[in-house]
Amino acid sequence: MRINVDLALCQNYGQCVFAAPDVFDLDDAGELVHQASADESARADVEAAAMACPVQAITIEG
Amino acid sequence: MSTPPARRIVVVGGSLGGLRVTEALLAGGWDGEVVVLSDEPHVPYTRPPLSKAALADGPDLATLAFKQRPEAARATWRFGSRAVAADLAARTVTLADGGTLAYDGLVAATGVRARRLPAHIDRTSGAGHVVRTIEDCRALHAELRPGARVVVIGAGFIGCEVAATATGLGCHVTVVAVDESPMLVPLGRAVGDAVRARHERAGVAFRLGVPVASVSGTRGAYSVALSDGTVVDGDVLVQCVGSAPCAEWLEGNGLDLTDGVATDNHLRLGSNAGAVAVGDVARFPNPLFDDVPRRIEHWQTPLETARRAAATLLADLAGAGADPAPFTPLPSFWSDQYDLRLQSFGVPGIADRTEILEGDLDDQAVVGYLRDDRLVGAVLLGLPRRAAAVRKQLLATLSDPAATYAA
Repeated sequence: MRINVDLALCQNYGQCVFAAPDVFDLDDAGELVHQASADESARADVEAAAMACPVQAITIEG
Repeated sequence: MSTPPARRIVVVGGSLGGLRVTEALLAGGWDGEVVVLSDEPHVPYTRPPLSKAALADGPDLATLAFKQRPEAARATWRFGSRAVAADLAARTVTLADGGTLAYDGLVAATGVRARRLPAHIDRTSGAGHVVRTIEDCRALHAELRPGARVVVIGAGFIGCEVAATATGLGCHVTVVAVDESPMLVPLGRAVGDAVRARHERAGVAFRLGVPVASVSGTRGAYSVALSDGTVVDGDVLVQCVGSAPCAEWLEGNGLDLTDGVATDNHLRLGSNAGAVAVGDVARFPNPLFDDVPRRIEHWQTPLETARRAAATLLADLAGAGADPAPFTPLPSFWSDQYDLRLQSFGVPGIADRTEILEGDLDDQAVVGYLRDDRLVGAVLLGLPRRAAAVRKQLLATLSDPAATYAA
């Protein structure tokens, strides 16, 4: 599955990092970084991250 | 021969908790009907921006509306529909229009409403703003013009965020509150004073520790009289005096409704099989802390309680056993005020003392909240990059009574 984050919306709240720490992280400046894609095994975590995002910046394709 | 009527779950409340529990029920295999009763006129939307970016820019429902899982479309959404009573024994809900709806399963997702000052203090007949709905936000946004004198009553999170947003829009803001520092009850004095200093640097005036005696006037000319005899005048009045859970409709069922609705750890109302609560209205015990049921009005609560409550309800309606694992969500929230991001984990409000774990309150810091020398919460002022690690450490400490905090 591909993971898209609308960085224009993202406010670096980090809720996705708590839900799916293997896929999302905050860099040293506190800005979101993320994997472009993830294995099917991570789907539940990534879906939880997308739902947890306060600004709904995360979309999942595939 | 006729087919039996479909079994029905009624979800009372159509905001985030109602949406997420509906999705979880349908994704979890419920093949009967789900009817969602929402007393708002439109689809569920995200509320945290209503005191921050959406208040600054003007709210837009299309932007704020939640993306919904495809399952949610299989539910029947009744907007502008309010439940006024429920009979858990007869399994019926009574609507404001007098109709009744029978159910097999019930979800209480009615959340909270904004409180207002009592009528003997507020002599404006309910004038002035509150901030809870998108309509509230739109109405307040329209009045936050540069140079407007804004009086915010209440120094909790919403009051502080409204003060910061209004200041950013060029308003002259005075915050009036009975507490002696902002966010005193949830976060304590040290963090409250540190946040107050940032507000004051931005130009906000505070009148703290003095109760409001009366509020009078009309739009453009309000007077807030304090109990020490002083008066604060303003063009715009905002009441940020907390929220009240919407649980009155559950009266008459022998439930504990002293603050929201008391549930067991499975989120059943009392211990009634077939009826659960989610979100801000649910007062549930969390073994991560103790056996005291608490309401948690935070962003993640609707999502986490929705998953738990849906699983409980589906198991109860199938006559199966509910998940024996304890429900132990870690409460967390954030607040944006100016360039400061506050992030909180755990339940700082139950602590008996605080300790600076990292940094400096005048700049960026991690503050530990301890009860009986045990860490029960952590708050970050700034330091966003540290949030994940602090949260993980707190969880480890709470899960293991022998563990100690190590940054």
